[in-house]
Amino acid sequence: MRVNPRFTDALVRHFLNLQAYFTVGLLVVIVFIIFIKGISNCSLSFMLTYPEDMGRHGGIFPAIMGTVFLAALSIVFATPLGLGTAIYLTEYTRESRLTTIIRFGVESLAGIPSIIYGLFGFIFFVIKLGMGWSLLSGALTMTIMILPTIIRTSEEAIKAVPRNLRIVSHSLGATKWETTVKVVLPSAAPGILTGIMLSIGRAVGETAAVIFTMGSSLRLPASLMDSGRTMAVHFYILAREGISMEKAYATALVLVVSILAINILAYYTMNRVIAKYS
Amino acid sequence: MNVKIRTEKLTVRFGNNEALKGVDLDVCKNSITGFMGPAGSGKSTLISLINRMIDFEDGVRIEGGLSIDGEDILGTSVDVVGLRRRVGTVFAVPLPLPRSIFENIAYGPRLKGINKKSDLDDIVEESLKKAVLWSEVCDRLHVSALKLSGGQQQRLCLARTLALRPEIILLDEPCSGLDPISTAKIEEALNELKKDYTIILVSNNTKQIARACDFAAFFYMGTLVEFDQTEKIFTNPRVKQTEDYIQGKFG
Ligand SMILES: Nc1ncnc2c1ncn2[C@@H]1O[C@H](COP(=O)(O)OP(=O)(O)O)[C@@H](O)[C@H]1O
Ligand SMILES: [Mg+2]
Repeated sequence: MRVNPRFTDALVRHFLNLQAYFTVGLLVVIVFIIFIKGISNCSLSFMLTYPEDMGRHGGIFPAIMGTVFLAALSIVFATPLGLGTAIYLTEYTRESRLTTIIRFGVESLAGIPSIIYGLFGFIFFVIKLGMGWSLLSGALTMTIMILPTIIRTSEEAIKAVPRNLRIVSHSLGATKWETTVKVVLPSAAPGILTGIMLSIGRAVGETAAVIFTMGSSLRLPASLMDSGRTMAVHFYILAREGISMEKAYATALVLVVSILAINILAYYTMNRVIAKYS
Repeated sequence: MNVKIRTEKLTVRFGNNEALKGVDLDVCKNSITGFMGPAGSGKSTLISLINRMIDFEDGVRIEGGLSIDGEDILGTSVDVVGLRRRVGTVFAVPLPLPRSIFENIAYGPRLKGINKKSDLDDIVEESLKKAVLWSEVCDRLHVSALKLSGGQQQRLCLARTLALRPEIILLDEPCSGLDPISTAKIEEALNELKKDYTIILVSNNTKQIARACDFAAFFYMGTLVEFDQTEKIFTNPRVKQTEDYIQGKFG
């Protein structure tokens, strides 16, 4: 018996629709639950004041700043390094044993659980290099952790730029570097930005590796060598040690809302780049 | 005759495939030279030597000589980036960069360090006028170049090349995907331009060669079969093969 192709088409479409709705629905439910549980304890003063009594009372200002510092530093370290590697692999070298080895290394790094990065960061940065539990140790550890993501997403984005655009740029008297900066990177920007967003998400959401390397001090880090706490770590400790579930959910709410805000911001920046280069 | 480009026993191999076989050719200054011949006869290969875009291909072996104004351009010490500013190229498919009309044309001049708005404005206007496109786009220079029609995009590519203020313009089958009106406009532009430039026009359309070119070269399987003034080639070819090709017997 032959099934009506229109019928199968419709079936598949509905099924895929359903999956998409399910994914979005799941996100909405998670945000909704956190919102309900967290909103009563969340206020502007909660975000702007210091915690008291281990976080049982007061706000989460140092944790917010700790999160911002850690994420910003790791992105500042990892983006030039990762993007540079991706540019080297795609534009400046031919496929060879060396590139195979680099790619294999990147793939392997991507598959390692974050706790291993934490352990490495602890042994190497905290102990061996004597940086102690500090923002710097944490940021360097996060840098290594997110590097594979940035390299892989950037490489894919750069590879997707049509070869013809490079040819045209060269034919107009551009050097390889000018072509890379003026033509390839703008066209690849949306993909590269996606990788950076994913990486921010990973750094902001990480707990174990951060506790190992940045510690969990509740004070506001005043220098790179100070310990500090991110919102995710704060949430983890509040919940895990039963200090205050209310404050934990309020922290989670701030965390989730800021991640959403960063994503929306990135989306708009991306659209402006696309508008300029299309 | 004032020679601008000269090839001497120019031979090019891709692996074992000989794309050009000992080509001797003098391209005359301030004229349009047409390259014709069936697909695979080596026309594009010769073009890509003159602008050194061949550097992007793997496994190429080149023998013989190629010079512009008597200066060798195949050597390893040649300033390739500078060469490409003297030799502009328009490709078979229109390839606008993903940015505005204005920025497409300003791309080359900016690379040369011209950044003043008024200078760029002048260059953009002048180039678009020469490419017979100005009247169609002058009120929307900051619209994306991708929004233009195929024929307009190809003239934009010509304008972008002109903005380099090159000495030589290479056009590799620039009209192959265009309608007759756009084709006519390109030919009109080229006819004006030959006063100031040396132009090579590759075309698989012999009628276009006859219409637009002062000199015509017929290539067949990597060999330059015949080269002469267009009139002579089309009225009284020396070689039978050329005659057959022009009459559409093969190709
Ligand atoms: N990049 C390349 N690699 C291998 N062979 C090539 C390459 N480019 C051209 N050729 C070969 O060189 C010959 C001439 O090609 P081409 O110059 O493109 O001819 P035309 O432009 O006259 O159609 C053909 O046999 C073609 O297969
Ligand atoms: Mg060709």
